[in-house]
Amino acid sequence: MTVPIDTPRASEAPGPTAPREDTSPDGPPLVDGEVPVIAFDRVTLAFDDNVVLQDISFTLLPGRMKVFLGASGSGKSTILRLVLGLLRPDAGRIWVLGERVDVMPEADLMAVRSQVGMIFQDGALFDSLTVRENVGYRLFQEGDVPEDEADARVDEVLGFVGLSAFADRMPSALSGGQRRRVAIARAMAARPRMLLYDEPTTGLDPITAMTVDQEIVKVRDLEGASGLLVTHQLRDAFFVATHEAVRGPDQAVQFVPASAERLARTEFVMLKQGGIAFEGTVDALRRTEDAYLRAFLS
Amino acid sequence: MKTFVEWIKNALLEVQEYLRLVSQVGRALVSRPFYGRDVVQQLDLIGVGSLTVVLLTGLFTGMVLALQSGMTLDQFGARSIVGRLVSATMVKELGPVLTALMVTGRVGSGIAAELGSMVVTDQIAALRALGTDPIRKLVLPRVIAGTVMVPVLTVVSNGVGMLGGMIISVTQLRVAASIYWSNVVDGLYMADIWMGLIKPVVLGFALVSIGCHVGLRTKGGTQGVGRATTNAVVTGSVAVLVLDFLITKLLISVLY
Ligand SMILES: Nc1ncnc2c1ncn2[C@@H]1O[C@H](COP(=O)(O)OP(=O)(O)OP(=O)(O)O)[C@@H](O)[C@H]1O
Ligand SMILES: [Mg+2]
Repeated sequence: MTVPIDTPRASEAPGPTAPREDTSPDGPPLVDGEVPVIAFDRVTLAFDDNVVLQDISFTLLPGRMKVFLGASGSGKSTILRLVLGLLRPDAGRIWVLGERVDVMPEADLMAVRSQVGMIFQDGALFDSLTVRENVGYRLFQEGDVPEDEADARVDEVLGFVGLSAFADRMPSALSGGQRRRVAIARAMAARPRMLLYDEPTTGLDPITAMTVDQEIVKVRDLEGASGLLVTHQLRDAFFVATHEAVRGPDQAVQFVPASAERLARTEFVMLKQGGIAFEGTVDALRRTEDAYLRAFLS
Repeated sequence: MKTFVEWIKNALLEVQEYLRLVSQVGRALVSRPFYGRDVVQQLDLIGVGSLTVVLLTGLFTGMVLALQSGMTLDQFGARSIVGRLVSATMVKELGPVLTALMVTGRVGSGIAAELGSMVVTDQIAALRALGTDPIRKLVLPRVIAGTVMVPVLTVVSNGVGMLGGMIISVTQLRVAASIYWSNVVDGLYMADIWMGLIKPVVLGFALVSIGCHVGLRTKGGTQGVGRATTNAVVTGSVAVLVLDFLITKLLISVLY
């Protein structure tokens, strides 16, 4: 059996991973009549006897974003790995874009992964490839996109992250923040339906962090991509939650305070001791009385 | 006692994982996608890159073989047949084994270090996240290149080994070059040549796949990469010698 490894514009591709309309018994649980793009159902995972996640359940609806907060080692990166099927849970069920990724064979997972972009915590750039080859990896290697179209897209995303001048450098010749931005460009290049950000702004200066935040907002609001954002930087988390990207009359992108409807589209999830200690909107988070959460926020 | 049982259990587990990798490589070979450009790159890295060390090894092995066998043959007054001993020993044994050992040291370790550091820096995970199967992209091209190039390098090594033997025969043993070469040809039977070609195919496959396996199972940061590199060389070299014995035994019963 051959699996279609990639589709150039995943969001337009029909296929095995398009969300199902029906509620077949092994489809994800519906939320308000909508099919979530991610659904965790009582997921448990332990490394030897270190229980990292215990009965975790949450859902992500299309076009929404969930921000994961939590102490170091609370399992945030682990959740992102589970979404991509890079790790398998010990118990529980996981649906991504309508498919059960926790039991799916590795070969079939490629079709799901081709619609998801992931920014790894420390970049994970391929250090034998140039910046351009890294960013265009999926387009050049796995896609059937014409070469010049792929080149144009690479230039475009490198422009987004402000690294056009660095296209021919090797990753080892970049600063930490530049590497992070290349990783973001790589994840965005194939226009995935969903993005997983693992601490995209940690270790960046405030100005660069702001451009990264704006990028995240832009991808969410203008391209309609769903997302999970893991971060320690509350400033960035709040910016992403409370802003909205709109196109002005001259097509320029502007960032304005989010409307009430938009505000509800981003939720915060706080992980603590293997479980979810809080889940709710930015307002609920600000009003919380929970002592641990207050300590975390201050 | 408990630790010994543990050790056996771990070793069996490791062998099982290795066999799983080998079967994945087999499946990747017969299905698409196939990363041809990576294969070409690895053929160059493994083949051309190992040429110098293999040339030197072959040359000096041939020379020392001629010196040693010349001394032994003198006891029987049969110095003139030194060419037979050099060719038979090079082609059947020393060519394949020494080439494989040198490639293990140079390539097996390099593969383990490269794949190992890709594991600890999440590059393997990133590859999978981008929809690429690391077995197809990284392991298969290296295994193909090793399986093709170790035999080629072995033939080269045999060639310079015989040349080295001739240099010693002519300059030290005072055996004429024409006599040396006719003995070299007389010393070789078809079965020897088969043995000399089958061995490096198996050894090349084994040493590269072991390097890949050890690299991909790296755990524990940069320290783990160091351990993986050492492991790849030790395990690879032992496997080369053990396999050489087993193939020899098998082929003797089949070919001769
Ligand atoms: N491959 C692994 N083997 C064993 N334990 C692991 C492995 N990966 C993660 N862990 C453990 O799982 C726990 C959660 O790790 P994870 O990387 O998800 O944390 P995190 O919330 O992302 O932390 P940070 O904010 O520091 O990145 C940690 O205690 C870690 O030690
Ligand atoms: Mg993490």
